[in-house]
Amino acid sequence: MTALIELEHVSRTYPLGTAGVQALRDIALQIQAGEFVAILGASGSGKSTLMNLIGCLDRPTTGRYFLEDVDVAELDHDELADIRNEKLGFVFQSFNLLSRTSALQNVELPMLYAASRSGARARRTRAMEALELVGLAGRADHHPNQLSGGEQQRVAIARAIVNQPSLLLADEPTGNLDSRTSADIMKVFQSLNQRGITVVMVTHEVDIARYAQRNVVMRDGLILTDEPVTDRLDSREELRRWQQAEPPAVLTS
Amino acid sequence: MNVFNATQIALHALGRNKLRSALTALGIIIGVGSLIALLGIGHGARAQVEAQVASLGENVIQVSPGSLSKNAVKLGLGSSAALTLEDAEAIRQEVPDAVAVSPEVKIKTQVVSGNRNWSTEIYGDSPDYFTIREWDTAEGETFTDQDVRGATKVAVIGQEAAEELFDEGEDAIGEIIRIRNVPFKVVGILVAKGASASGSDQDDGIIVPYTTALKQLIGKQTGLRRIYVQAANLEVLPIVEKKVIDLLRQRHHIEAGSDDDFKVRSQLEIAESATATARTMTILLALIASVSLIVGGIGIMNIMLVSVTERTREIGIRMAIGAHRRDIMRQFLIEAVTLSALGGLIGIALGSSAAKLLTALAQWPTLISPDAVLIAFVFSAVVGIFFGFYPARKASRLDPIEALRYE
Repeated sequence: MTALIELEHVSRTYPLGTAGVQALRDIALQIQAGEFVAILGASGSGKSTLMNLIGCLDRPTTGRYFLEDVDVAELDHDELADIRNEKLGFVFQSFNLLSRTSALQNVELPMLYAASRSGARARRTRAMEALELVGLAGRADHHPNQLSGGEQQRVAIARAIVNQPSLLLADEPTGNLDSRTSADIMKVFQSLNQRGITVVMVTHEVDIARYAQRNVVMRDGLILTDEPVTDRLDSREELRRWQQAEPPAVLTS
Repeated sequence: MNVFNATQIALHALGRNKLRSALTALGIIIGVGSLIALLGIGHGARAQVEAQVASLGENVIQVSPGSLSKNAVKLGLGSSAALTLEDAEAIRQEVPDAVAVSPEVKIKTQVVSGNRNWSTEIYGDSPDYFTIREWDTAEGETFTDQDVRGATKVAVIGQEAAEELFDEGEDAIGEIIRIRNVPFKVVGILVAKGASASGSDQDDGIIVPYTTALKQLIGKQTGLRRIYVQAANLEVLPIVEKKVIDLLRQRHHIEAGSDDDFKVRSQLEIAESATATARTMTILLALIASVSLIVGGIGIMNIMLVSVTERTREIGIRMAIGAHRRDIMRQFLIEAVTLSALGGLIGIALGSSAAKLLTALAQWPTLISPDAVLIAFVFSAVVGIFFGFYPARKASRLDPIEALRYE
């Protein structure tokens, strides 16, 4: 079986000044379906550029990128948009939900842009299923400003998986969350991964990367190391530990 | 994404900034409102002029004395005394399709009735005059051919002249009025006709048989002021016109190549010149209103550009989850068109109310035609598309990566 993602000699240069900035230098990377990969690196290491490329938001300057055997470099704007809609789900650091729009409507949004149209009732049902999967079915009518950061991120995850993508891309998904809520989000990722969804996550936090199966470390536009995680964290274990560490509730008079 | 979803999103977005949307639409409301009101005024004026011209009678040509040339000096219209009673008689005899002919003479003089007096126009006409001008009497009868033959001293008076010469409620029929000291018996009072296309009051006048006028009031040597000729129908009108011209040239011994010493105008030409003025006014008013509509459109463009900038991140999100460029474009275009079309609808309502108010308060004739309403609405929608296009295109061309990063 061929890989879900296959990058061959991929470079990305941004035109800046006379020389240009080389954000990625001749990268080769393969990710199989069903993997949970964390891409690590400091800012400026090229991990965000790599993320944008994998996410079909950008195209390599040179080299080839195959997503499910489709050469992305040859696609136009609309075809890329369709791939993002059908095969990819995005989760961002700052959640990027539409404000003043209910959680349910936010989750329905990708279906509105789908090439295969579904009816209003079918959209609603699927959006509710996705919200149930992230444990937020009870908050469907809430607007983002009525939800906590962790809840907003879970709505964003529901939105990312509602079109049943083969790949879930997360760009610093826990960057704006505390450690306890981060563990919550990682639990969602791990359970989605167990259901067969491939997860690629960009982070600069080593702790968070330990929830993944495989860590790709980048520096200066190159892949520094690429190895499986030996001491993988289980989100259930971590959450149990958090619960025990919490001081028991004390009634005050 | 279908148009229905896109419209929902657009309405949602507009609803978020109600005051801003309302103020933006206000530009279009004022533009369309003034367009509707001003077109209403222009059309009303034109309809009034057309009604007045029609009231002169259809299929009618007027023959007036032309310019008299004395030693190559042209003395202007009416200077020639060329039109005679014999000319009128010849037209009646020799132009078969001329169903009604009325020679006309006119003087302005003082009229006395009892202890009242009034200066007014005295017209000498034939009974055909009333047919030609489609003018009925409100009371009494018009005079007859017999009165013309016998040069009877009878008069048919206009509504306004009747009001000046007789007391209210007084029965004028059968009363005697004195025109230049000649007693005339009033046989009829005409229905009111209002102002003519040229603005003079048609009801202020007295009509007597032309023979009587020539014999008692003017003197035979005077030329005719005008000859009215009515053709059998509109189709033969040009033939009648041609025949009248040929006949008069022949009778006046005008050589080929020389100018006529008379002038023939059909009612059609008079109508055209009168409505042309009203049309020019309408176009001018519409132009002024269009300028304000365009200003309103620029307002929409301005707000849409602000909106695109404010919602850069939203655009980025939509693109990241699979929106095509045309989806984004459509969303913003629909917003702009919704603003302008809603403004257009409100403007149409306000504009027609304003026109009605003008009619009620200032007695201006206004006419809101369905055409004008349709044009105004389409125009406002087109303004929305035109001025919404650039911001929408700008939105659709955003780079999703940049847009997502936008703070």
